[in-house]
Amino acid sequence: MDAPGLKALAVKNNYPPGDLAIWIFILAELLVFAAFFAAYAFTRAHHVELFNTYQRTLDTNAAMINTLALITSSYFVMRAVAAIREDRVKLCVRWTVAAILMGVLFIAIKSGEYAHHYANGVNLRTNTFYMFYLSLTFFHYMHVLMGMIILGAVAIKANNGSYSAREHTGVETGASYWHMVDIVWLVLFPLVYIMR
Amino acid sequence: MKYKSQAVAKPYFIAAIGLFFGQILFGVVLGLQYVVGDFLFPEIPFNVARMVHTNLLIVWLLFGFMGSAYYLVPEESETELHSPGLALLMFWVFLVAGALTVLGYLLVPYATLAEMTGNGLLPTMGREFLEQPTITKLGIVVVALAFLFNIGMTILKGRKTVVSLVLLIGLVGLAVFFLFSFYNPDNLVKDKYYWWWVVHLWVEGVWELILGSILAFVLIKTTGVDREVIEKWLYVIIAMSLITGIIGTGHHYYWIGAPEYWQWWGSIFSAMEPIPFFMMTVFAFNMVNRRRRNHPNQAAVLWALGTAVMAFLGAGVWGFMHTLAPINYYTHGTQITAAHGHMAFYGAYVMIVITMISYAMPMLRGRNAANSGKSQVVEMWSFWLMTVSMVFITLFLTAAGVLQTYIQRYTDDPQPFMVVQDKIEIFYWMREIAGVVFLIGLILYAMSFFVGGAEPEEA
Repeated sequence: MDAPGLKALAVKNNYPPGDLAIWIFILAELLVFAAFFAAYAFTRAHHVELFNTYQRTLDTNAAMINTLALITSSYFVMRAVAAIREDRVKLCVRWTVAAILMGVLFIAIKSGEYAHHYANGVNLRTNTFYMFYLSLTFFHYMHVLMGMIILGAVAIKANNGSYSAREHTGVETGASYWHMVDIVWLVLFPLVYIMR
Repeated sequence: MKYKSQAVAKPYFIAAIGLFFGQILFGVVLGLQYVVGDFLFPEIPFNVARMVHTNLLIVWLLFGFMGSAYYLVPEESETELHSPGLALLMFWVFLVAGALTVLGYLLVPYATLAEMTGNGLLPTMGREFLEQPTITKLGIVVVALAFLFNIGMTILKGRKTVVSLVLLIGLVGLAVFFLFSFYNPDNLVKDKYYWWWVVHLWVEGVWELILGSILAFVLIKTTGVDREVIEKWLYVIIAMSLITGIIGTGHHYYWIGAPEYWQWWGSIFSAMEPIPFFMMTVFAFNMVNRRRRNHPNQAAVLWALGTAVMAFLGAGVWGFMHTLAPINYYTHGTQITAAHGHMAFYGAYVMIVITMISYAMPMLRGRNAANSGKSQVVEMWSFWLMTVSMVFITLFLTAAGVLQTYIQRYTDDPQPFMVVQDKIEIFYWMREIAGVVFLIGLILYAMSFFVGGAEPEEA
């Protein structure tokens, strides 16, 4: 594949990309998720039967589509960064909007899952598995929304011509945050939906 | 002082220091009552002394916050305060209401005070920290509304900065969450549940915004570091404090009858609450190291750095100590809570108010930027005396709390409460000595305002 921005992506070497402050934020967020994952694993070890039983009630297909949606969105975000590094502002806006639309797809599917659980009377108090499932996925769900807001701000600023090949820290900052949202899901999906 | 109307901050700061004295005097009395139970009985019983000690703390911090806002907002907004007259009127309303309330606590039995003030019409009294008569609470709402109107109008007509907006959000939050003090359901679980919406969401939520913005303001002024850099840190810090602080409310819901999932939510999120405080420490030291000027008011810089460190220790580390549900199961409501409460309130909120007073007072009293070198030396002595004695108060109470937890709740042969209190008496005595040293530090602090001499040059 001969993507025009990829070469520029490899050449430019600023580390970490984006604003340093967002990386402190990302690390803090990952710490919270790590604590949640550890708590999940610890509790699961004590209630293997219960977790196995109720994990089967989850919609793996929906979660699989959501996984693909987030991975695709991460690719789009990467293309947006590559585009702005070549000063192609309109293209950057388009890739960012495409990533946001993938976020919309994720939210729609996940909301459908929640509606299904709600209709079946499932809530935080139903049992320990559902408590973890709902807490973890909802906390992540809020992060997807937050990421979409950040990407939206990036798209608007890009559209106003605030970014260029020389100065596009904002795009990289938004992209870094979005990748974090994606990566957390890539742990969450197998942990909660698949592993038995 | 850049704007004439900033002068209204002065009476607020003076009242704050005066009430701080009252708080510490009652603290020393209270500390003695832990070991000499009938000291000053029946004139000032333990429960009354405790009520005055905690209520005065809240009231003087509110005076300090309001004074800070009146000083900070005109300067940030680059315009005069909307109405200095209203600010002065509200000062007197708040001071008189506060004084009458404390006199009420001291002069008549609490039940009589409730009757006299018509608590029966809208019962809100009798809950820890929210003991104020209902009419006093209504008065607080009126003062808060007038204050927010005044501050809000000033920000609206002038320059809008991140610092002043974060401060405004914090102050609005303070007023909004106070409204839950009027909700007093019969159901004890619900009562406690919403009581924390005032108590916890104040100190571990919106007050942190006030703390962050005042610290940012003083650091901008004293270090000369670019506003953009400081604002960015402020954003990250307040986002973290809100996320961890709001859901962290769960650490109060473990054993009061709230659903079980709070044990997980409360443990995980409140375990992260030290992070924003740690970031604040890194932030403060970073900014001072990158300073572009050596501000002549080194005492204010010392207080600012002290706030960052002590808030992290008191609120962050000492909070974390007993925040996880399996640990809190044993430590709940012991002297460990008291240890945390003392250092967190001192480190976060007492010190940030003093930071602001230390920075602003020289200008409010007609100086160029700072008090004389001699005055600052006295002030720095008071800093170290108060801070070190607070560290010792905290350590002694922690020792008392660990012992109490063990003997009263953890051994195979648990002892009754009062038996255990006798066993930990030695720590209460040592805490009392540290408390007296704190009082000496406070006296020294007040004296530093009266040490004259020429202003130091900016280095």
